[in-house]
Amino acid sequence: MKRSRTIQLNHLPRVEGHGNIHIRVQQGKVVEARWEVVETPRFFEAMLIGKLWENAPYLCGRICGICSIGHTLASIRAVENAFGIVPSEQTTTLRLLLKHMETLQSHILHLYFLAAPDFLGVGSLLALTQSHPTEVQRALRLKLLANDACDLIGGRRLHPTRTVVGGFTMLPEKAQLEHLAQRLAAAQEDLAAAADLFGGFTIPHFARETEFVSLKGDHDYPFIGGELISSDGVIKKEDEYQAMTNEYCAEGFTAKLSRLSRDSYAVGALARLNNNFGHLHPAARTVAKRLGLAPVNHNPFMANLAQLVECVHVVHDSLSLIKKLLRRKRQAPRVALKPRKGYGVGAVEVPRGILYHAYEFDQEGRIVKADCVIPTSQNHANIQHDLQALARQWAAQGQADADIELLAQMLVRAYDPCISCSVH
Amino acid sequence: MAAPLSYLGVGLDRPRVGVFEFTSCEGCQLQLVNNEATLLDFLNLIELVNFREAMSERSDDYDIALVEGSISRADEVARLKEIRTNARLLVALGSCACFGGVNQLKNRFGDLDWVKKKVYGDFPIASQEVRPLADFVAVDLMIYGCPPKKEEIEKVVTNLVVGKKVAMPKYPVCMECKANENICLFTLGEPCLGPITRAGCDAWCPNHRRGCWGCRGPAEAANVRELEAIMARHGFSREAMLDRLECFGGFSSQVAALRGQPRRPRKARSSKRS
Ligand code: SF4
Ligand code: SF4
Ligand code: SF4
Repeated sequence: MKRSRTIQLNHLPRVEGHGNIHIRVQQGKVVEARWEVVETPRFFEAMLIGKLWENAPYLCGRICGICSIGHTLASIRAVENAFGIVPSEQTTTLRLLLKHMETLQSHILHLYFLAAPDFLGVGSLLALTQSHPTEVQRALRLKLLANDACDLIGGRRLHPTRTVVGGFTMLPEKAQLEHLAQRLAAAQEDLAAAADLFGGFTIPHFARETEFVSLKGDHDYPFIGGELISSDGVIKKEDEYQAMTNEYCAEGFTAKLSRLSRDSYAVGALARLNNNFGHLHPAARTVAKRLGLAPVNHNPFMANLAQLVECVHVVHDSLSLIKKLLRRKRQAPRVALKPRKGYGVGAVEVPRGILYHAYEFDQEGRIVKADCVIPTSQNHANIQHDLQALARQWAAQGQADADIELLAQMLVRAYDPCISCSVH
Repeated sequence: MAAPLSYLGVGLDRPRVGVFEFTSCEGCQLQLVNNEATLLDFLNLIELVNFREAMSERSDDYDIALVEGSISRADEVARLKEIRTNARLLVALGSCACFGGVNQLKNRFGDLDWVKKKVYGDFPIASQEVRPLADFVAVDLMIYGCPPKKEEIEKVVTNLVVGKKVAMPKYPVCMECKANENICLFTLGEPCLGPITRAGCDAWCPNHRRGCWGCRGPAEAANVRELEAIMARHGFSREAMLDRLECFGGFSSQVAALRGQPRRPRKARSSKRS
């Protein structure tokens, strides 16, 4: 069936922030397939200038409501690196635990609230409360557990209060950590059921070779700091991040875009998994195999399943982290600090991919320059190229408009884009 | 039979609710779904008809609009006015919507072109001074906070549904903080805006040994001069106080009085990396 048609979808639903999809097909040929980002910019990099260092994590957490913890931690790391502060092992362990719980919270939110409705043929989780009440209860239970853990360690699930440069303002009690461990152990059953549910979904058949960028794990599946790696073989130090991100502006995007060895690259759960598969917890690797996920996987729709695999990983790893915390003697919650002139970078794997914060300070610790590179902005160009390839494939197969529209939406959603964050 | 429930003239039998966002981090909306324990009951109480972030269905027929975010571009003004026309009750959700929020910090330079250039270089980008919703449309209710308390959002909406008056506390955060028997942060060596900030968050930050940054805006009898004296007595700089006061936009008139002219940051223009 060769005919002309236009698909225009403004303010795509069930994604964070504002983006449009535009596809134009003429005589069975794609003449245009565009991903457009129209979010209003907030100018965080400008608003920080002239402010004292302590404003950076406090303000930058507000770049994103979903991954405020990740932004806060990246910002704190950049400040600590600039001031030459080495956090205690207790702080490092607690931060990773907090990071894990944000990953779990965000992935569950995406998998059940944003992605699952497409696979089950409904418009929102609301409809699923009728058709799949057990699954909805399970999603809420997992999300509540993760959010409660964020409250416990970070002080607040959204825009955390306890996380500061040098450590934490307060520490969780031993009994609270023990209780969290019990809940995490119980959550494994829920995650197994989640794997059953998502494993049963039909993942669209599509692949486009691309480059994957993430932190490079040495001994562990990496989340906070370290070297940077791409699946095309680029390796850089944390403070050379700009050689990975190469940001540029382009028409149709209020966010900046990135490229490395090719026209675009991808970050996120699938990139992490592709680059660091061997460092996943064995239980997570088992689930990955069951879901047909092995490196290097070039199907962007598989990012959903990669998130699920990461949920399994973070729950197992959190149990080890809590054990470690309970075994060790408690240390002071934070170390003292002295601002100094300098430059620091913090790279953190947040739910949607690798995030960088970088600041330059004057002698008194005032911010002279700030730069934040957001995972979703790094993904925008890759989404654009996927969308073109997909549209071509579908147009050639002569699929119905409604199907193309749904699949295009599902593609964008698979990246779990955080658009307001990308236009920070 | 009981009279039909209403509030501010709106009949409230399972009201149709729309959730909207402008320039924001979308955290306020997230708080809506962050109430896992009561989410399903809450959704039973209302009819959610427009919530782009969580559902595909969209309707322009709603009674209550919960609006997150500040206004910073011309198309947002138009969209906000449309929501105002459709909604019977418009609720400003969170500090961005109520006061401009952290976004308004870019206004302090008084030089939008410089701000745009700093981030986008010569790439053309549309943006205007950040303003709260009430600068463009009538706002019926404000839910303060960055983030707002999820319990508070539910309480406000529930009160609207059952027609109960919604009253926000007018006293300062210190009252809640003292009731919680916290050690005062000033004695722990950290500045706090608790003495002048509107309560209602149950001293959320001081409970976690973090000073209040004033996200809920001024309490009724906020005395900034007195706060200045407390800050000075504990050896905190005026800069640290101003950083907190100007953070969310709730104290903009007090900051303007203290600061006078909008200013360019020191050093910013001499930076080598610019
Ligand atoms: S008020 Fe705070 S939580 Fe709400 S949108 Fe603004 S920055 Fe985000
Ligand atoms: S910590 Fe802050 S809110 Fe609490 S009593 Fe002291 S000044 Fe008031
Ligand atoms: S303590 Fe202050 S900054 Fe913290 S939530 Fe309450 S009003 Fe906002």
